[in-house]
Amino acid sequence: MPDLSLAALAAQVFTGLVLGGIFVLLAVGLSLIFGLMTVVNFSHGALYMLGAYFGFVLIGRTGSFFVALVLAPLLVGAFGLLVERFLIRPLYGRSPDDPLLLTFGLSLVLVEVARLIWGKIGVTLDPPAALAGAVNLGFTYFPSYRLFVIAVTAIVLVGLWLFLEKTNVGLVIRAGSRDPMMVKALGFDVGRIWFLVFGIGTGLAGLAGILAGPMRGAYAEMGVTIIIESFVVVVVGGMGSLLGAVISGLLIGQIVGLTTFFAPKLAEIIVFIFMALVLLFRPSGLLGEAGLLE
Amino acid sequence: MNRRVFLTTTAAGAATFAFPAVLRAQSKDPVRIGFPLPMTGPFAAIAADMKQGAELGIDVLNAKGGILGRKVELLVRDDQLKPQVGAQRTQELIEKENCQFIIGGLAAHVQMAINEQTKKAKVLFISTSQSDEISAKPDTSPVTFHEALNPTITSRVVGKWVMDNLGKKWWIVYADYAWGKQNNMVLTETNKKLGGTVLGNTPYPLGSAEFSAHLPKIQAAKPEVLVHVTPGADDIAFLKQVKSFGMHQQMKLAKPLHWISIAKQGGPELYQDVYGGTNFYWEMQDSIPEAKKYVEAFQKKFAIPPGDYGVYAYSAVLEVARGAELAKATDGEKVADALRKNPTYNHVKGKQWWRACDNKSFQDMWILKGRAPGKTKGEWGLLDTVARVAANEEYDRTCAEKGHTA
Amino acid sequence: MGRHPVVFFFVVFAIFPWVVPYKSLAAQVLIYGLFALGFNLLYGYTGLLSFGSAAYWGLGAYGTGIALAKLKVTSLWLALGIGMAAAVVGGALVGFFCLRRRGIYFAMLTLAFAQLLYFVGFHLADWTGGDDGLRGITVPAITLGSWRLPLDRSVVFYYFTLVIVGLAVAALKRILDSPFGAVLQAIRENADRATACGYDISRIKHLSFVFYALFCGLAGALDALRLTVVPIESLHWSTSGQVVIMTLLGGAGTFFGPFVGAATYLVLEDAISVWTESWPLAIGAIFMAFVLFLPKGIWGTLTGGFHGR
Repeated sequence: MPDLSLAALAAQVFTGLVLGGIFVLLAVGLSLIFGLMTVVNFSHGALYMLGAYFGFVLIGRTGSFFVALVLAPLLVGAFGLLVERFLIRPLYGRSPDDPLLLTFGLSLVLVEVARLIWGKIGVTLDPPAALAGAVNLGFTYFPSYRLFVIAVTAIVLVGLWLFLEKTNVGLVIRAGSRDPMMVKALGFDVGRIWFLVFGIGTGLAGLAGILAGPMRGAYAEMGVTIIIESFVVVVVGGMGSLLGAVISGLLIGQIVGLTTFFAPKLAEIIVFIFMALVLLFRPSGLLGEAGLLE
Repeated sequence: MNRRVFLTTTAAGAATFAFPAVLRAQSKDPVRIGFPLPMTGPFAAIAADMKQGAELGIDVLNAKGGILGRKVELLVRDDQLKPQVGAQRTQELIEKENCQFIIGGLAAHVQMAINEQTKKAKVLFISTSQSDEISAKPDTSPVTFHEALNPTITSRVVGKWVMDNLGKKWWIVYADYAWGKQNNMVLTETNKKLGGTVLGNTPYPLGSAEFSAHLPKIQAAKPEVLVHVTPGADDIAFLKQVKSFGMHQQMKLAKPLHWISIAKQGGPELYQDVYGGTNFYWEMQDSIPEAKKYVEAFQKKFAIPPGDYGVYAYSAVLEVARGAELAKATDGEKVADALRKNPTYNHVKGKQWWRACDNKSFQDMWILKGRAPGKTKGEWGLLDTVARVAANEEYDRTCAEKGHTA
Repeated sequence: MGRHPVVFFFVVFAIFPWVVPYKSLAAQVLIYGLFALGFNLLYGYTGLLSFGSAAYWGLGAYGTGIALAKLKVTSLWLALGIGMAAAVVGGALVGFFCLRRRGIYFAMLTLAFAQLLYFVGFHLADWTGGDDGLRGITVPAITLGSWRLPLDRSVVFYYFTLVIVGLAVAALKRILDSPFGAVLQAIRENADRATACGYDISRIKHLSFVFYALFCGLAGALDALRLTVVPIESLHWSTSGQVVIMTLLGGAGTFFGPFVGAATYLVLEDAISVWTESWPLAIGAIFMAFVLFLPKGIWGTLTGGFHGR
């Protein structure tokens, strides 16, 4: 039985927040793409991996982590645009399973390509010197970089919320995920909106990747387990619900953190148990809408 | 056709059938050694070193005329670190490619799946990575040989050294799978036997890379030594997180095995002052003549110094040859008998020998320590040799403990 | 071949081992073909995408393996029977829970149960061998009175497998030709309309799920006999992923698609792995190409397949 001091528990909650932050970034991207395009993007984990590797390359070239932090997600988003344009768009109108299957194949390819380009071992990313130490939070010392991750996630989410709620483009996106037919009928080029959304969604995955890099290193397989966990987060939150993705991501981050603390052997399986329980009582997840992809 | 022609043709035909059989008996068909390895996956770098070690061994053999006057060929296959694939590749190597010998495996579970196939076919198998079970009943067989160290030996050796030199109050973090659990168990036993205390044992799911959940608790317990059984990339993630919490200044860090490729990937900043065991390190060329020959030949052929696990493969290839020459045959059971009757050898790191009851190789181990940045010797001189521990059958389980009643 | 698919199957696979590089590969194709056959019943014919096929393959494999290695069962048929029973029970239970949801939620629930089983298999090491896998499986010979046929030679094992898989193929043909089979395909096309026609689709879906588990389990049990080891990866989601790829390569919803897909995948993998380590790159690219350009799969495209993909 671990030391149950309040300090240890509080440190645990913060750790759960960091994990939750990464989950939220990934889940929101997946949910955006799914909600609007009904596409289940199985390559999301591989794009997260690319974010970490692009970050590595950019840090090497520019010498600055912060520059890389901005550029890497943009590069991954740009790559996402190419994927949408050339690989996913040809599949519209066909079985809804097709984009899922295609992106599954894409994930295999991307992992292999990463191995071929950057080697089989994996690479190390260093947090910037400014964030290398630890901060005294009162009840414990917590690594500064991890606090930074929490902060960045919060800022990006607020930015995304503002974008969706307060801009015209955001309005169209929200309308499009509710009723794509109507939006088309009103004369909007839904194709361009989907293009943009896929880019944003994948860019978020890339951001999650470069944020995670300094904590865990970058290696070709890093996206393989996290894609499954991200799907669990999205399903729990409800496919297509962004708020659901945020709540679910934070919740599951805490659950994993606390399980690791109290019952480490269950840490791997707890997300699935939790998901099964949620789905038992709420058939479409916490905030999902019935009828989407059924 | 008339009867005479028929008889002559048949006789000629029969002779033609008999002739190749005669030829085959003296044939110069190559001797083939099959080598399943995880060329893809998280341990691919170690696998690459093993492939190179084996290739160097093949070169050495062919330069001397091969095995029993026949050329030696190495057939490497990717087992993807998966037992089914390893088993399938082994079947392919035996059935389709007619390999007379199999070496390999880099992962206990894959080795055992490979072993199941070689046992059935009675083909000699020399296993080249860690496993406690492969040399014990019921997995082992008369044609199953184990060249590499195993968790019992590794953790007894390293555990004892850490107790004697670094501290007696430990906390152990270990990956929750067979290798991790075995090392954890042996380390704990060794600590207790020598009068120490283990303040805690923390399992984590292999590959999870998320340790910060455990670290505050460990820090609060104040162990003298933090022992981490964290293979591959997990170790790098672990050390990063440990250092970010400042723990390296409060306690010593030790692990059962150092891998040079992982130390290189992590870098001297991360591996500074981290202790670990090994079966081989290229700087040993300074003290062991066989090692010097190996390192020089390896460097010449591949332009980089050899790693640790490659030595297992090199040794295995040479042992296959030695056994075949002694037995004057390539039949698995005959070669196995020959090796058991002539168990001592020294190809690269000093004296090694096969124990008769379980075909287990005993060999020296070394304790290494990460050098500080700035003190490294070139790109690969990342580790300092701190101690040498001579081989001793007491470091492994006894024959009886492994189920051998002979 | 359309009229007598089972006969066609036997003819093709009787000569198959002499066509591929080695016998054990041929047996592997038969076994994974059966695995894909099971998956195809659920996905291609009933329209339900499961991410957790490994669970039933694994239950079959461990059931038979544990019977032989731990329970020291001496009858080959009893051991196979135990494996199949384990898969059927698992399928019935898991199906009951998962089928209450639809679409992606159904798929994720099948995955969750498979992961749960993986976790259990990993930790119940005394029974399953844990992550070292289950070893110590001795394959009993086939006995009929005083006549004994040991299965240790590759060729013998292959033809034994052919008979068993052939029987399963015949069984599938009967299922698909029956009214039940017709309703399955109706459900795939439009579940609501099938309900409107008065069918109790939840019972039918459940039965389909149980058959799916049965075929997958039998395949797993046969592989346990072939390799004499059951690795923990049998229960891993990558095994579930493989069967999806094979089925799609061959052609979902076609009768022979699963075998064509399994043969293509495994023979390709065998050949390509010798040349390059980047087999996943090759199969990923091939798979993407199929989704984009040949969505009906090889067999589906050749025979004009079923419509609706």
